[in-house]
Amino acid sequence: MSDQVLAVTLAGLELKNPVLVASGTFGSGREGSTFVNLAKLGGIIVKSMTVTPWKGKPTPRMCETPSGMLNAIGIQNKGVDYFIAEDFPWLLRQKATVIASIAGNTVDEFVRVADKLRTGARGIAAVEVNISCPNLEDRNNMFSHSEEATAAVVGSVKKSLSRIPVFPKLSPNVTSLSAIAGAAIDAGADGLSLVNTVFGMAIDVGTRRPKLAGTIGGLSGPAIHPIAVRAIHEVHTNFPHVPIIGQGGVATADDALQMILAGASAVAVGTANFVNPKATIEIVEGIDAYVREQGATGVSELVGAVKIEG
Amino acid sequence: MLLGTGEVLSHKKYGEHYHALTIVSPEIGEKVRPGQFINIKCGYQQANILRRPFSVYRVHKRGGWASTIEIVFDIRGPGTTYLSHLRGHATVDLIGPLGRGFTLPKRRAHCLLVGGGIGAAPLFFLADELRNEGHRVDVILGARDGGLLLNAIDARRLASVCVTTTEDGSVGTQGRVTDVLDDTIERCETEVVYACGPHPMLAAVSKVCAERKVPLQVAVEELMACGYGVCMTCVMPMQRKRRSKEEPVEDTIVYARSCTEGPVFNGAAVVWNGESELVATDQAELSPAGVPSRSFPLFDTEDEHPPPGN
Repeated sequence: MSDQVLAVTLAGLELKNPVLVASGTFGSGREGSTFVNLAKLGGIIVKSMTVTPWKGKPTPRMCETPSGMLNAIGIQNKGVDYFIAEDFPWLLRQKATVIASIAGNTVDEFVRVADKLRTGARGIAAVEVNISCPNLEDRNNMFSHSEEATAAVVGSVKKSLSRIPVFPKLSPNVTSLSAIAGAAIDAGADGLSLVNTVFGMAIDVGTRRPKLAGTIGGLSGPAIHPIAVRAIHEVHTNFPHVPIIGQGGVATADDALQMILAGASAVAVGTANFVNPKATIEIVEGIDAYVREQGATGVSELVGAVKIEG
Repeated sequence: MLLGTGEVLSHKKYGEHYHALTIVSPEIGEKVRPGQFINIKCGYQQANILRRPFSVYRVHKRGGWASTIEIVFDIRGPGTTYLSHLRGHATVDLIGPLGRGFTLPKRRAHCLLVGGGIGAAPLFFLADELRNEGHRVDVILGARDGGLLLNAIDARRLASVCVTTTEDGSVGTQGRVTDVLDDTIERCETEVVYACGPHPMLAAVSKVCAERKVPLQVAVEELMACGYGVCMTCVMPMQRKRRSKEEPVEDTIVYARSCTEGPVFNGAAVVWNGESELVATDQAELSPAGVPSRSFPLFDTEDEHPPPGN
């Protein structure tokens, strides 16, 4: 397959194809590299990293639900220093395009991770700002649920990472996604990742207890794909020049193409990696075939190309 | 590691409850070690997206059944229902072998294998390997009732001493495996214990082994989404050594992934009540075997107990 057909550029982030792995679904790439040549992916969005190691939540952290799964993991990770020392050099040796996902409980924690990446991880392609993980202590104050908090994090991170494309990852659990997206863009976001998991909860009626130790979790998988497509369509319509990384329930090339037609310039595959570790590679091949079939010069031509009558 | 398909050679039943599938898979059959597992996609229905993990019950390396692996299961939900309908020549989509298996003694040793219900499955494969290497094998097999004892006839054939327990007293000693554990260790001069079963059983076995200073390896059954180390849902709380005297004891719990660091762990290092909740019964299918639940008090042991010769 020719590079011209599949290559995309998002606000300076150059990808050889539009298919990424979503944060938290492929670790730092080591485990998945048994199945996938990481250099063949558009890029890898690594598991979110925090300024100090986080041990994560108690179990059960997961339960299967119709066409999806709920998780409440709590960003178990070894911290940004470990990423810089161990994972990042390894990923560069695999010739992977690396997008770092950063998380924190406060604006200051985000900035400290960003500062460390700026000085310690030269060669990082972009940074995704996870302001929408539903598993932090204070759910009512999730950054991406407020325009002010979104702007505060994005503005501060962008100040630290002025030369690296920054993509805040937004939550679909809001009344007006476009308002939050606008706040992120005004604060300096180069693009947007849409969307993180949808809030959910499941109860074991036998014991009357929640199925997750964390009570509430994030719903992912095919169940949320239409929610993500709608979110991408809405934001792309309102901000047509802002590049979008679409994510949420992508399991097949068809799922990925729906997001591209709705306005995503790239897509990230998440939960599908758990089921089929080669899903990304199959999706790249499927997109390539579709672009040729449609007679398009490249995948970029199809971004936002959904036909809506009237 | 194989990500591919295998062909069902036969379906049979052990007693009233347990189904067994023999699957032709040379790649897995030649590599798999006792305690490792395979992750099977159970149909292509959209509602149940995740694979189901099964520890390997038997491997045939020679003769007419060479290159086949056998799994056993009882019907717990839609995935195992699907598998129970498979017959000869059906194709199964599987990944394996996965996880870290049991460590065998490096010198001749008296080994006691303790299995509860379907959790006894990986112990049959282990018993074969131990006997091939000249170790003495004794077995305690327990279940709620006689019908749920997994292949007791075979266990008697494999073991020098085989003790069975049922909670209703229908077969063998009335009670639980732990009621006869201390006596059996004494009588068989046990040097290492291998156990697999539900959490309360493993916790109780672990307590006895810690008191008697007998090394213990446990194969745990945690809910998992991916099976290969990326989703961070199947973690077990483990005790690590305190780095300094000032470090609070509660900070020394770390979460280890059952799918990659396990599913076999040093029983003395697991924090049995951990910070974990009961698992919903309808999710039990997502663990390699058995119904995980936790109700035992925390106990603490600092000594490492590797099998003899290690």
